[in-house]
Amino acid sequence: MSDLSSPSSPAPSPTGKPPLLEVRDLKVEFADADSVVHAVNGVSYTLNEGETLGIVGESGSGKSVHVLAMLRLIPMPPGRLAGGQVLFEGRDLLTLSDAELRKVRGGSIGFVFQDPMSSLNPSMTVGRQIMEPLQLHLGMGADAARKRAVELMDMVRLPDAARRIDQFPHEFSGGQRQRIMIAMGLSCRPKLLIADEATTALDVTVQADVIELVKELKREIGMAVIWITHDLGVVAGIADTVQVMYAGRVMERGPVDDVFRDPRSAYTLGLLRSLPDLSAPIGQRRRLTQIDGAPPDMRAPPPGDPFAPRNRYATPRCFTEQPPLVQPPGAAPGHLAAAWYDLPALIAAETTP
Amino acid sequence: MLRFFLKRLATIIPTVILASMIIFALQQLLPGDPAIALSGEEKDPEVVAFIREKYHLNDPLPVRYAYWIGGVLHGDMGESIRLQQPVAQLIVAKFPVTLQLAVMAMAIAVLIGVPMGVLSAVYNGKAMDYTANVIALWGLSTPNFWLGIMLILLFSVQLGWLPASGYVPPTENLWENLRAMILPAFVLGNSIAAVMMRHTRAAMLQVLSSDYVRTARAKGLSPRAVIVRHCLRNASVPVITLGALEFGALLSGALLTEQVFSIPGFGKLMVDAVFNRDYAVVQGVVLCTATTYILLNLIADLAYFLVNPKLRRS
Ligand SMILES: Nc1ncnc2c1ncn2[C@@H]1O[C@H](COP(=O)(O)OP(=O)(O)O)[C@@H](O)[C@H]1O
Ligand SMILES: [Mg+2]
Repeated sequence: MSDLSSPSSPAPSPTGKPPLLEVRDLKVEFADADSVVHAVNGVSYTLNEGETLGIVGESGSGKSVHVLAMLRLIPMPPGRLAGGQVLFEGRDLLTLSDAELRKVRGGSIGFVFQDPMSSLNPSMTVGRQIMEPLQLHLGMGADAARKRAVELMDMVRLPDAARRIDQFPHEFSGGQRQRIMIAMGLSCRPKLLIADEATTALDVTVQADVIELVKELKREIGMAVIWITHDLGVVAGIADTVQVMYAGRVMERGPVDDVFRDPRSAYTLGLLRSLPDLSAPIGQRRRLTQIDGAPPDMRAPPPGDPFAPRNRYATPRCFTEQPPLVQPPGAAPGHLAAAWYDLPALIAAETTP
Repeated sequence: MLRFFLKRLATIIPTVILASMIIFALQQLLPGDPAIALSGEEKDPEVVAFIREKYHLNDPLPVRYAYWIGGVLHGDMGESIRLQQPVAQLIVAKFPVTLQLAVMAMAIAVLIGVPMGVLSAVYNGKAMDYTANVIALWGLSTPNFWLGIMLILLFSVQLGWLPASGYVPPTENLWENLRAMILPAFVLGNSIAAVMMRHTRAAMLQVLSSDYVRTARAKGLSPRAVIVRHCLRNASVPVITLGALEFGALLSGALLTEQVFSIPGFGKLMVDAVFNRDYAVVQGVVLCTATTYILLNLIADLAYFLVNPKLRRS
């Protein structure tokens, strides 16, 4: 593995600044009485200021756990940080004191969670929930925070904010609650917004609205975004960089266009093939081809490439040895993949027998 | 809010009437004849007949119910056959004693049980949790009369700090009254505290693992702020339910504890009345207890109402 392509010594951003976030070999486990779930197994990547990273992968691939673990938000126990570093603005969040970490949470890193119904406190008005981080991190008084909360609700286009600020979560629709979550996540103008399946619970039109809104707010505030989803279409619409995760590992990452046009991991290819071709007219859209098989049992992860058992391109080496995440020959700069096989060659051999 | 309250109040009236009917009907199942019980050693048939006539014991059940409930509505619950005293007067005399004991016991139970439950949930699996659970187990498995006797032995006999028994009305001497009531209140509160701790712990554990608590932590709130602002209120519903139930049970009279500490409350009144077939007293006390139960339920409903905004708006 050459130093240049190693993800743990990333290239600085085009502006020459150090990256905003640098995850180094993060490992997270959940232990119960008789087994250990290896949820995240050595994830490394960097995120520059203002960059939007889309993270995709089937459910259970460690997307949520790895971002929660960065801010030490997983339940511990049973969870534990089994190794690695998470450098945010040069400081390791995993070893920061609790008090310092709390300043980062909700302050310079905002969170938007999946399932806006259960993620809002049912017995507190939405206004008070939006005001909380303002009072905590920006030291605003109650009146100023309330005024700002109304502005934030306006910003995420909740109609009639001044009146509805005193209502409770159950009085809002799913899409509106998601907007409230976004207003909360953005309230302190974070440098990084992490959105975990923020649109999954919404119907397609509301989903498109919310994504448009985040893009707009991103232009306005200039924050970096980590957008977790299992919908590749959403990633194409919002992200600069895409990162494909599987079994607690990064299988492939790189600029969205490059990865989508020239996938190097069979897992990415599988995900792309399960996506309906939205450019084709309705009725002629290619049938979805789901990836066969199921993700591995993370209590006993396979020794080699975790996707090998489901991969028809797998080589014998895939079953015994883990492939490193490196730039494959001929791939665009910044395009990394973890694969022992040469996917473009294998596909070409398939189509021209 | 007002509409909800009035609606609940409207359902209470038929409930109380139904309860009074059931009380009256079940009463008739008690074995023995009050007229014979009362007529003395000789059981003179003439005396028995006279007593039957005087207390309407010969009339059919519905007529007797009508006599009784009509009286109750005018504040007349009949007369104790044994004590020759109006039942209403007896209840007015004994109820405050039981009420004071119940309030004190409940306060002790809440003050011990709720914080212990919260702490053991927050420190789930740690030493604090085990300690609280051991204390709760002890509280649950200690019979009240035994704990009462032990406490009397310690604080009254050995140390001489508190009176061993004897009730002093608070109007006479508040300090002496509290000194006499604190041990029985602690004995009663102790076992309820244990149940309360368990319920609080379970409710808190559920709330602590909820998504909105994760959201609160992700905002950067301190553990203390997360618990105080986001957990307690949401965890309070099952605790309120339990509190209302336990309080109702306390108000029906804690017989053994009252006996051990010689407290002249509902428990003693009730047992004496049952053994002497003092129908009017039994009916009066049970009706009073049942009504209190129903009212407590209403209060618990109102508390849910304040805790849960979903109810408030609909
Ligand atoms: N609290 C927990 N206890 C035990 N295992 C957990 C817990 N949370 C997550 N996991 C496990 O961690 C793995 C990764 O989960 P997650 O990050 O939620 O996946 P996703 O990519 O769908 O977000 C899964 O195998 C899941 O079962
Ligand atoms: Mg997830």
